[in-house]
Amino acid sequence: MSTQKASRIGEEIWKTRIDKVNAELVTLTYGTIVAQLCQDYDSNYQEVNKQLDKMGYNIGMRLIEDFLAKSGVGRCANFRETADMIAKVGFKIFLNVAPTVTNWTSDNNQFSLIFDDNPLADFVELPDDGRAQDELWFSNILCGVLRGALEMVQMQIEAHFVSDVLRGDDTTEMRVSLVRYIEDEMPPEDD
Amino acid sequence: MLHPDWLLDPRLDSPRDELASCFPVAFQLARTVFSLIIINKAGGLIYQREFQAGLRKLSTNDYLVLAGTFHGVHAITRSITPKLPLASNTSPAVSSPGANTPTTGYSYPNPGTPASGLESLETEKFRLTCFQTLTGTKFLLFTDPTSGTVDTVMNKVYELYADYVMKNPFYQLEMPVRCEAFDRHLGAWLRGRT
Repeated sequence: MSTQKASRIGEEIWKTRIDKVNAELVTLTYGTIVAQLCQDYDSNYQEVNKQLDKMGYNIGMRLIEDFLAKSGVGRCANFRETADMIAKVGFKIFLNVAPTVTNWTSDNNQFSLIFDDNPLADFVELPDDGRAQDELWFSNILCGVLRGALEMVQMQIEAHFVSDVLRGDDTTEMRVSLVRYIEDEMPPEDD
Repeated sequence: MLHPDWLLDPRLDSPRDELASCFPVAFQLARTVFSLIIINKAGGLIYQREFQAGLRKLSTNDYLVLAGTFHGVHAITRSITPKLPLASNTSPAVSSPGANTPTTGYSYPNPGTPASGLESLETEKFRLTCFQTLTGTKFLLFTDPTSGTVDTVMNKVYELYADYVMKNPFYQLEMPVRCEAFDRHLGAWLRGRT
């Protein structure tokens, strides 16, 4: 399935089947969560990143069913197709953004998502305590969402941000690597 | 009354499902769906419900056995899918999870689409339709064999499950479904009411 086709599917679902909410509500709710975590973990940003990832993971495992039910798409033939699905259908229907898929490794197992627009980070300025700019990945929940969602469709992946405009970088880039396809696993034996 | 979402469902692609015929269809649905079973990816029964009063019930244990057995049979039907020898000049570019293991020079008739396993089972008295989602959950619908396809019902059931079960933050994944809102919406939709 081509990127254009994926884009069309994403647009179509976004237009016809998605309930819309106020963007400020999303931005403020998410911002509050991150700020509260920073406070709870005493500005230990590594820990905050970890918690955000964990929250995202739990969201992803549930959200994937909604994605499949709404989109009605079948299994992707390869990881490149999966990348287009994530960028042009997944992000489109849940956040109304369509990040660019780029920087593929030659084995087709790693790619980058470049976000021109990130609704989670509107209005945000990181704390100027000298560390947040280097340590906090504000939108880290998205990495967890991808990890959780793909795990449910038998793909183990690793995702992390490598740059963020909030930190003063030129782009917001997430790196996604396929670790392995999870084969059908038998439940543990009960002898 | 039909839920308006249903009318706008873009997956209703065939013309006979258009507005004109949707009322009889809804009326039919109400009478032809006997029951629904949901099986988690480990083969455990997580939901069972009848949609008609007075259907003879099995014991809870029987339902658990039924779910487990079906899960096993489903896995077997997937593994006995006939494989064709690979012509040496076909491109091996497509690699889909589970479908192509590098062990032999054999492949499914349509590589790229993994074997699906049992999809429907029909007798004189009922039809069992199984829909397995990409996440491994199975939905089993028992319907009247004289009624048409149950794709619409299946899609709607999956959507309601995604909404009222998966999005319920207090529902624990893979555990039995005890979500009152799911029951209510499912019942209402199948009876053609909203």
